[in-house]
Amino acid sequence: MNRDTLYALFIEELVNVAPDLEADTIKKDDQLQDDLELDSMDVLNLVAALHERLGIDIPEDDYLQIETPAKAADYLAARCK
Amino acid sequence: MSVFVMPSLGADMEDGKLVEWLVKPGDAVHRGDVVAVVETQKGAIEIEIFEDGIVQSLEAELGTTLPVGAPLALIGDGTAATAPEQKPERRPSPPPAAAQQAAPAEPEPAEAQPERAPEPKAAETGAVAPAKPVAAVPEPPAAPAPPAPAVKVAPAVTSDHVAASPAARALAAEKGIDLAGVTGSWPGGAIVLADVERAAAQPAAAPATGLAAPAKPARGFDIEAMRQGIAAAMTRSKREIPHYYMTHEVDLQKASEWLAQKNADVAPTERLLMGALFVKATALAAKAVDGVNGHFDKDGFTRSESVNTGVAVALRGGGLVAPAVPAADELSLAELMDAMRDVVARARAGRLRSSEMTSGTITISSLGERGVDQMTGVIYPPQVALVTFGTPRPVPRVVGGEVQPRQAVAVTLAADHRSSDGRRGARFLTEIDKLLQSPEAL
Repeated sequence: MNRDTLYALFIEELVNVAPDLEADTIKKDDQLQDDLELDSMDVLNLVAALHERLGIDIPEDDYLQIETPAKAADYLAARCK
Repeated sequence: MSVFVMPSLGADMEDGKLVEWLVKPGDAVHRGDVVAVVETQKGAIEIEIFEDGIVQSLEAELGTTLPVGAPLALIGDGTAATAPEQKPERRPSPPPAAAQQAAPAEPEPAEAQPERAPEPKAAETGAVAPAKPVAAVPEPPAAPAPPAPAVKVAPAVTSDHVAASPAARALAAEKGIDLAGVTGSWPGGAIVLADVERAAAQPAAAPATGLAAPAKPARGFDIEAMRQGIAAAMTRSKREIPHYYMTHEVDLQKASEWLAQKNADVAPTERLLMGALFVKATALAAKAVDGVNGHFDKDGFTRSESVNTGVAVALRGGGLVAPAVPAADELSLAELMDAMRDVVARARAGRLRSSEMTSGTITISSLGERGVDQMTGVIYPPQVALVTFGTPRPVPRVVGGEVQPRQAVAVTLAADHRSSDGRRGARFLTEIDKLLQSPEAL
């Protein structure tokens, strides 16, 4: 899966976790908690969804590496290799 | 026969708008069943019934705003349901003006029902309450009226049991979209605003229903209304409750390390959040220390044996609700995580239950991972205490005579001087501290 696909997939799961967000208004550098107002439960649900979808288990120590959609796409692309 | 009335869902609630019936006459109901959905300033709330019985008749029209205490349905013990020769069930009053667009006219005379519940106090205000049943009844029918049309459950516009957010409901009503035909994207299939917008964008996808927009369109999580509700409750709290406050810094190093280790070995769905440890420790401490867990009402303070922790949930875009997680002191951390996950999701979707709005005995507010050090909160009446956990962060602390960097959190108690004092409050906070030093025992 290439980075663009992973980016889109991340946004999709993000909106699943927080359905009151609108996919097309989310910017690549939006910080999940500060800008998109996710709380720790949302982040955990997102990580669980990515785990189920991609089989990638993101450990807690790596949460900072998925704090924005852009960073998350990079991280997931690296993990997918 | 008993009357099921519009419940009070909080100190600040005066009325609610009936938006959905989940039962119909003849249905058997059991204590705890969700029978209706009412829209309030805090979103749509699923209303539970607190007795067993058979629904005899529905007494309130969908779309109407009714004061707390107004009759919603008559509940029988089941005998009447099998004895149709008993009085026909008929709505006692024409639909109030606000609902007339939505409800077909009801020409037949209303029938006085002597054993009806007392009128709700606010009925005199007229504007939103149903007209009195005794008014304008020329003569009671001598014989049972011909097959009483089953009490009108609203025309099938509002589908039976559709989970939808208030905003979604409001837009659907405005656009005349039947929610039953909308696919929900929220986990569990609940419908959110975006789903209705999508449905609305598809021309003629949903048949236009006869349901006209309510005179005053509901706006779901109407942030203004919610803000007013919060202001009313907090003003009452500040006026009536002699608050006192205290803050205690709790060393979280051990709990953080324990949590990190525990979470490292398990899949994301099994992971715990520090917030669950906070809730569990607070619940156990509230059970152990008298005067902080319960309700204060006209009879004074009543301690609650069960610790139902209200968990403050911030809504994106503003607003706050604090649904209760019942008996949090008895749940394992994993069960508590599930309960919190569930209640947070439903709070955001606008699908909380009436008991969750009223059964809280103490409230916990956790400022999250990227917040500030501490917050001094305002007690949610009729509760007597509110505990706020600041954002955990590393601080220099003296351990064994040496300064060390330690993870720590500031815990602030706002408590009611009518039920406890500083000494009690201090015991409560130090008990929370003690419990958090043994996370494995939580």
